[in-house]
Amino acid sequence: MRHLISMEDLTRDEVVRILDVAEQLLPIALRERRSVPTLRGKAVCNLFLEDSTRTRLSFDLAAKRMSAEVLNFSAKGSSVSKGESFKDTALTLNAMGVDCVVVRSHSAGAPVQLASYLDVPILNAGDGWHQHPTQALLDVFTMRRHLGDLEGRTVVIVGDILHSRVARSEVQALKLLGAEVVLVAPPTLLPPAVEGWGVRIASDLDAVLPEVDVVYLLRVQRERMRGAFFPSSREYARIWGMDERRLGLVKPDALVMHPGPMNRGVEITADVADAHQQVITEQVTNGIAVRMACLYLLLAGEGPALAGDDTEEAA
Amino acid sequence: MSRLFDADDVARMLRRLAHEVIEANHGAQNLVVLGIQTRGVPLAERLAALIEDIEGVPVPHGALDTTLFRDDLDVKGPRSIGETRVPVDVDGRTVVLVDDVLYTGRTIRAALDAVSELGRPARIRLVVLVDRGHRELPIRADHVGKNLPTAYGDHIKVLVAEVDGEDGVVAEPEGAA
Repeated sequence: MRHLISMEDLTRDEVVRILDVAEQLLPIALRERRSVPTLRGKAVCNLFLEDSTRTRLSFDLAAKRMSAEVLNFSAKGSSVSKGESFKDTALTLNAMGVDCVVVRSHSAGAPVQLASYLDVPILNAGDGWHQHPTQALLDVFTMRRHLGDLEGRTVVIVGDILHSRVARSEVQALKLLGAEVVLVAPPTLLPPAVEGWGVRIASDLDAVLPEVDVVYLLRVQRERMRGAFFPSSREYARIWGMDERRLGLVKPDALVMHPGPMNRGVEITADVADAHQQVITEQVTNGIAVRMACLYLLLAGEGPALAGDDTEEAA
Repeated sequence: MSRLFDADDVARMLRRLAHEVIEANHGAQNLVVLGIQTRGVPLAERLAALIEDIEGVPVPHGALDTTLFRDDLDVKGPRSIGETRVPVDVDGRTVVLVDDVLYTGRTIRAALDAVSELGRPARIRLVVLVDRGHRELPIRADHVGKNLPTAYGDHIKVLVAEVDGEDGVVAEPEGAA
């Protein structure tokens, strides 16, 4: 694994390896000293060209818990706002000698472009409508902790699939792990090529709920919508929102998940959000461990990352 | 591959090591026995059980993974991480580290760092089943099952039933896989 840009680049074994490493890194947060010295002397640059709170904080903390140095770079207040080109920004980072760049951008493909300018690992923290691999990894990690092996499990993803980089990555991650994916969305918010995704499309959420192990609610992304994709928030809540009545339709041990930030009253009612706050909070905690695992596997050494183990070496 | 010690030999070594640990500690109070992943873990479990048997007091035991503290990740690349499981607070206790083979000492160096991340033990002792020499760091074991002088390239392997299906110590000459 040279970069982590798209879930499409990963094999099932690589995904399992990331999740297994994250599982062992999770308890570090519970210790008195919440860091390990593994990435001491490495510099990680968080290049955030699009607004983000939780993902940036999560990457920041993940790098610090591994003892890496962190440079935070956001578009506002930087030379980017003075008109510096993406390429020049990249070359500046290269000259500064960073060891890894975590990039968030509103343009799909920015991480791939960055990888062509720099010879350090690139970690995609969300690019346009394209991919958000660490979100998908932390979600399947959370599901695996609750449900065990995801082989044969069913996950319904509800909401704005069209504008969602989370949905794209999520579907690929779930399919790699052998889960069945059902998408329920307003027809206007389904991408044109969705038939090729290898998922089931359903229109009636109520009919799907009794068979699923996970209900994954996507955020209604008003900032990405230019035009009327559905009549109103109330209409959306009625047809695709998760409320108390719908909660009664799912299996008692099913998970309700949301990548955050939530629009309470639109895709999820305040009651359901509060009742399932625990899993949604876990997603945040787990996100740090998963990002620590990604940084570890990308940055710890020049050796064959994600290759077979050699724990046989004598002590 | 030649067999140097069989399962009975290993059992005798462990019994003697249990007595040595108890003697040095003046009993079994305040101990926590931590096995270094992978083969140190079952050895630690057995050592703790033997000490419990002899002294009649419960001896907490667990597992320690040193991967995140190693100094050779840059050379060898990232590897999988084993479980670290420590059942009690190590502050003020005597931590007994257990490993199968003591060789360069680098794993133990990493283990000392890993333990100090967990707290501040009163003291740390090291128990190994086999000491084969060729230290690269100023580290020694407090209690040793067997000292085995070896050539640098030799491969000494401790077999543990929980991992390998049988107990024993075998040698593989240089070049053998």
